[in-house]
Amino acid sequence: MTSGLWELVLKGVWVTVQLLVCSALLGAAVSFAVGVARTHRLWIVRFLAGLYTEVFRGTSALVMIFWVYFVLPIAFGWQLVPLWAGTLALGLTYGAYGSEIVRGALNAVDPAQKEGGIALSFTPWQRLRLILLPQAVPEMIPPFSNLLVELLKGTALVSIMGMGDLAFSGNLVRLALQESAEIYTIVLLIYFVIAFVLTRGMRGLERKLKTGTNKPVGSTPDQELDRAQTTGVGGAVA
Amino acid sequence: MPTDTLPNPGTDPEKTPARGTGELIRLEQVTKRFGSNTVLDHLDFSVDAGKHVTLIGPSGSGKTTILRLLMTLLKPDEGTITVDGQQLFPASDKQVREVRKKIGMVFQQFNLFPNMTVLRNITEAPVTVLGLSKDEAVERAKGLLDLVGLADKCDAHPAQLSGGQQQRVAIARALAMRPQVLLLDEVTSALDPELVAGVLDVLRDIARSTDITMLCVTHEMNFARDISDRVLMFDHGRIIESGTPEKIFSDPELDRTREFLSAVL
Amino acid sequence: MKWDWSAVSGFLPHLWDGLLVTLQILALGSLISFALGLVWALLMRVPSRWVTWPVGVVTEFVRNTPLLVQLFFLFYVLPEWGLTFSALTTGVFAIGLHYSTYTMQVYRAGIEAVPVGQWEAATALNLPLRRTWTAVILPQAVRRVVPALGNYVISMLKDTPMVMAITVLEMLGQARLYSQEHFQFTEPLTVIGVAFIVISYLASLALRALERRLAH
Repeated sequence: MTSGLWELVLKGVWVTVQLLVCSALLGAAVSFAVGVARTHRLWIVRFLAGLYTEVFRGTSALVMIFWVYFVLPIAFGWQLVPLWAGTLALGLTYGAYGSEIVRGALNAVDPAQKEGGIALSFTPWQRLRLILLPQAVPEMIPPFSNLLVELLKGTALVSIMGMGDLAFSGNLVRLALQESAEIYTIVLLIYFVIAFVLTRGMRGLERKLKTGTNKPVGSTPDQELDRAQTTGVGGAVA
Repeated sequence: MPTDTLPNPGTDPEKTPARGTGELIRLEQVTKRFGSNTVLDHLDFSVDAGKHVTLIGPSGSGKTTILRLLMTLLKPDEGTITVDGQQLFPASDKQVREVRKKIGMVFQQFNLFPNMTVLRNITEAPVTVLGLSKDEAVERAKGLLDLVGLADKCDAHPAQLSGGQQQRVAIARALAMRPQVLLLDEVTSALDPELVAGVLDVLRDIARSTDITMLCVTHEMNFARDISDRVLMFDHGRIIESGTPEKIFSDPELDRTREFLSAVL
Repeated sequence: MKWDWSAVSGFLPHLWDGLLVTLQILALGSLISFALGLVWALLMRVPSRWVTWPVGVVTEFVRNTPLLVQLFFLFYVLPEWGLTFSALTTGVFAIGLHYSTYTMQVYRAGIEAVPVGQWEAATALNLPLRRTWTAVILPQAVRRVVPALGNYVISMLKDTPMVMAITVLEMLGQARLYSQEHFQFTEPLTVIGVAFIVISYLASLALRALERRLAH
């Protein structure tokens, strides 16, 4: 491969990383907002949040990307730059999966802790911020780590819309060289390395958040069976 | 009841020299450690064919470990184990499989296969291991279910049975292999109190009417007194006292034994 | 925003064609992933690093890299190696392979969840290893994993549109084709979006019914 083609690949990596960071941030915001809303005391809030989760988890991420690219501009007159369109589609979709993680972790907190907060006459918001989230967040890290890898894999979908990410640059190099084994192997390896860095980082974060508590780091086989239901592209409309 | 259904038919188990008289099981200098914890400490003991031996002692004293070593669920760290003249440890895998056929075991938690009917639980091993025809195995199983009083439960699944019934099926399952030795590992400990008697009655019956060798870990001292030829008192991985049940239960020599018995009786 | 019902009715025949392909990919992909995942899970239990290490690395690699790029790899590289398959076959195999690296984890958890007493009972009855697996362990493990496997089938459904990138005309591919021919994007894309939601919702209902039946 020539240095020009390598440059193309590096540009693709940069776009993929940008897209990953932006959609992860949006996805995290959606996860917490919708996840907390699903534990709200008003049924209408719970219902709307639940509907959001059902709809966005029910459909395919790629279909969502097509919709944001083609239908949104016609329907609402917004023409988003590709990066924001990709961010929006991925963030909203993966945020729906993430909201299930947040809801599950909040519900898993010992009810006695909530009662303790009520006894101290905290407001609901104080209970959430001071009691529930600090206990629930460390439990969310392993499933969020899996979801982040799923999101990374999902970013490749924008290449179908012609956005110049890592997968797209792989296609360009294939066209330039008329040879595919080498470039696709390289592209896959780069994705693998990014995924590896992400999981390592998340494990470090988990360890940091769990110091002081006695909970073990890492998942048990029983959690493994649940994982399909909470994580990643994996997950049914519950 | 056809005598065929009983594991090792013998007219009078006390007197008649059945096959394999003399020493059947022998442990020499057997040591087993879990990490830094020595569970069995250079243990020697032997059991004669047809005898019923009960192991008693506080929990953690190594009784269950002996049964698990004999069943090859564990490997000793040192020592030799011999069953019916054939070495069980150290031995090749093939040899182990051969010797293991002579031994059956009933577990505290029954360990029936939940995916099989009662009948299939009992016939599975005779068919696949001993090569019996299906009809032979079924006939044998039905006889054994009759023996344990569950002839009507052939087609039930384990989950549909009470704990006591499950344990009786587990006994039938072990006997279906016609073992020379039956290992009983706290077989009533997981049962509700009202179900214990039924299981013990079945075992008493088997002890009386067959010449099968029994090695039994139990906390049911009355049962131990009824069936045992010999009682071994364990403490800290060693046999500290042994003798006839009359001797051990009425007039033990060691204070440690007396102390233990007064705590459990 | 204009909604044109005639575009919907015009697209419907194409939707059925696409749906048929989607379901075909889903069915065959599921079968491959169930079978291959079990093979991986069993290989991971072979007591030799020479087996577990390569299997572990390969499956970890496949699981942590995008299915889309794997599709490109198989679609463009296999012919270079002299192996030519139809796009549909390639897509089915890629999806089955990708998801087998998930199902293997499900099987592993299911196998580990079988109580150790079952292994001990099998040893006490002297059952051969092979028979222990086929008659005792796997029947119990598979029962436990059906719900989790079902969830992956639903996930797989939502990944099937990716095969349009290698020219297969499943639902999304049909929608794109129709859109480009008629310059009507809103209706076909919305219709298939709803179709995915409906199908995965129905599938999750069916799965829950199955779960309830297995619980008894």
